Amino acid sequence: MQGEVAKGRKSIAFVFLGILMLVLFVLNISLGSVYIPFNTVLKWMCGLAIDNEIWQNILLKSRLPQSITALLAGAGLAAGGLQMQTLFRNPLAGPSILGISSGAGLGVAIVVLLFGAVQGISLSALGWYGSLTITAAAFIGAIWVLFMVLFLARKLKNNAMLLIVGIMVGYASSAIVGLLQFISSKEDVQAFVVWGLGSFNNLSWDKHVIFIPMVMLGLLGSFFLIKPLNVLLLGENYAANLGLNIKRSRFSILIITGLLTATITAFCGPVAFLGLAVPHLSKGIFKTADHSVLIPAVMLFGGALALFCNLIARLPGFDGTLPINAVTSLIGAPIVISVILKRKNLTQ
Amino acid sequence: MGDNEELYLSTENLAIGYDRNVKPLHDNINVGVYGGQLTCLLGPNGAGKSTLIKTLSGFQKPVSGDVWYGKDKIEHLSESQRAKKVSVVLTDRLEVQNLTVFELVALGRTPYTGFFGKLLKKDVELVHRAIDEVGLSGYAQKPIDKMSDGERQKAMIAKALVQETPFIILDEPAAFLDLPAKIEIMQLLRRLSREKNRGILLSTHDLEMALQIADKIWLIAQGRTLKEGIPEDLVLSNDFKCFFEREGIVFDNHTGAFKYHKIKQADVVLKGAGDAYVWVGRALNRLGFNPVHEGSDWKVEVSSNGTHQYHLFKSDQLLMQCYSIEELMKAVSNNLTISPKA
Repeated sequence: MQGEVAKGRKSIAFVFLGILMLVLFVLNISLGSVYIPFNTVLKWMCGLAIDNEIWQNILLKSRLPQSITALLAGAGLAAGGLQMQTLFRNPLAGPSILGISSGAGLGVAIVVLLFGAVQGISLSALGWYGSLTITAAAFIGAIWVLFMVLFLARKLKNNAMLLIVGIMVGYASSAIVGLLQFISSKEDVQAFVVWGLGSFNNLSWDKHVIFIPMVMLGLLGSFFLIKPLNVLLLGENYAANLGLNIKRSRFSILIITGLLTATITAFCGPVAFLGLAVPHLSKGIFKTADHSVLIPAVMLFGGALALFCNLIARLPGFDGTLPINAVTSLIGAPIVISVILKRKNLTQ
Repeated sequence: MGDNEELYLSTENLAIGYDRNVKPLHDNINVGVYGGQLTCLLGPNGAGKSTLIKTLSGFQKPVSGDVWYGKDKIEHLSESQRAKKVSVVLTDRLEVQNLTVFELVALGRTPYTGFFGKLLKKDVELVHRAIDEVGLSGYAQKPIDKMSDGERQKAMIAKALVQETPFIILDEPAAFLDLPAKIEIMQLLRRLSREKNRGILLSTHDLEMALQIADKIWLIAQGRTLKEGIPEDLVLSNDFKCFFEREGIVFDNHTGAFKYHKIKQADVVLKGAGDAYVWVGRALNRLGFNPVHEGSDWKVEVSSNGTHQYHLFKSDQLLMQCYSIEELMKAVSNNLTISPKA
């Protein structure tokens, strides 16, 4: 639905974002606590053999999967956040604000902590099947909260109220998690806390077998929602008058956003603010509300920003990696505050 | 009128309301909207205008009875078919950042575009033409959150136009607008109904505007049967009086406007001509004096040479010469004793 004017600007922005993402991806692979010469990294990326086996292992088994995780997680969270903002017609909607991450966390807590306490099995020790169960639990938890928020959204016309409800859902989930921690073993609690800090480097290739297809499915699915999302910008009444099947569209959007945010939260932990901040930054750059531009834009931007955050988390000088949540919050929180300051009437 | 069945939105024993189990807000509604005509649904706040609008545009199911779009019953149409029959402009406020006029109007093409909503050349042309037609030429790339209420309303009307529906239904399209914008929007709608042969229905509580511009008026009020007719007939049949009068407010069948009950004061003979004559008469009225042609000792003469001079006489004796109506009114009030007429 875009006009001819400003199309050039948009193409330039797309090319710039694409290049930025590529550069950050290469930097993520080249930089790390172990120094590997850039020439060697380039050689490796071109598919040539390198003779240092340790370097090869680091690149293949650590840095590449981690970079892919960051890229996909960033793109997925941003796409999910954008869709939620449009669906709820709320600029502050996002996985973490609406309590969806808390829902996923609760799901994970129930599985990790309760299984540990009641059955005496430590899921973290179960490997592949264990992580699949954790993912499923996070997914169910996230979808459950998503539907509950949506149900409440129909009753509560006021957006500020909805946000408060989302925050309350978050508190309630944390309270239940707290209770579960009380009855759980130290190891399980530790496993859960580590999950909660968020990280892009927990995914080995055997987890990627699930992660990549699921996120890719969500990303591809987002492109099929461009038209309903655009129409929903006008609100449900106008959308219905324009022939949109509201129930079906809403369901599809929730399934896709649920798939994206739940999968990513399950594997990487709750990554704060990316899903909220990236759509706003992208709207600022592209100056459009058109989802046929915004969907690919937030994916590129989200991927790039996540790679950037990951790079900062691994800055030389830090022993190991910083929790990714800390980095994304540092970048995301100021953006959210600026959004609130810019909008005069958040309650409408 | 109404020869072409396709261009006729009608209701058949329609009853509207929110709940099937309680008495409907209104029932037995049998009305029609014709192509090429502007129909105003007129009633005080809380009369059920919105409910009727929602029912006619398909957002809400009738309690009983039917709504017909031409030969099609509303409930037999799918969402996408209905989208090609009726377009709406609602009171919902749009708060979308960065949405340009072009993008907004283009969304009106949704029922005709493909899976990804991509616009064809023909769609783009239609959108630009509609933007011109509502008088927003040159605004295509302007974001709607930086426009005035009136301009935004015009953009919404352009959206309804490109939807290419035989009927356009608008809920209080002029409610939040100032008077010039209000008149502009109403005139635009009237012109569009003629030029594009669309059947336009709008709800309003602005009676005087509806009287001047509507081809047909539906009168609605709580606890009354809906009345349909052209404005003039409804005035003469005293229906306006019945629907709108309340304590202290009188509908004047002569002027087609409301008057306020006032303590009647003395008669004053008013002589003169032109605009100044009319406005002095209104000022007297406002203060409760009754301008007459003869039969009072008091006389006001408005100079007819355009010098804005006003003379107050008592028994043909000049009492005062005034240079503004304000001055004149002060003189009249001070001199005429307040004596309620028998």
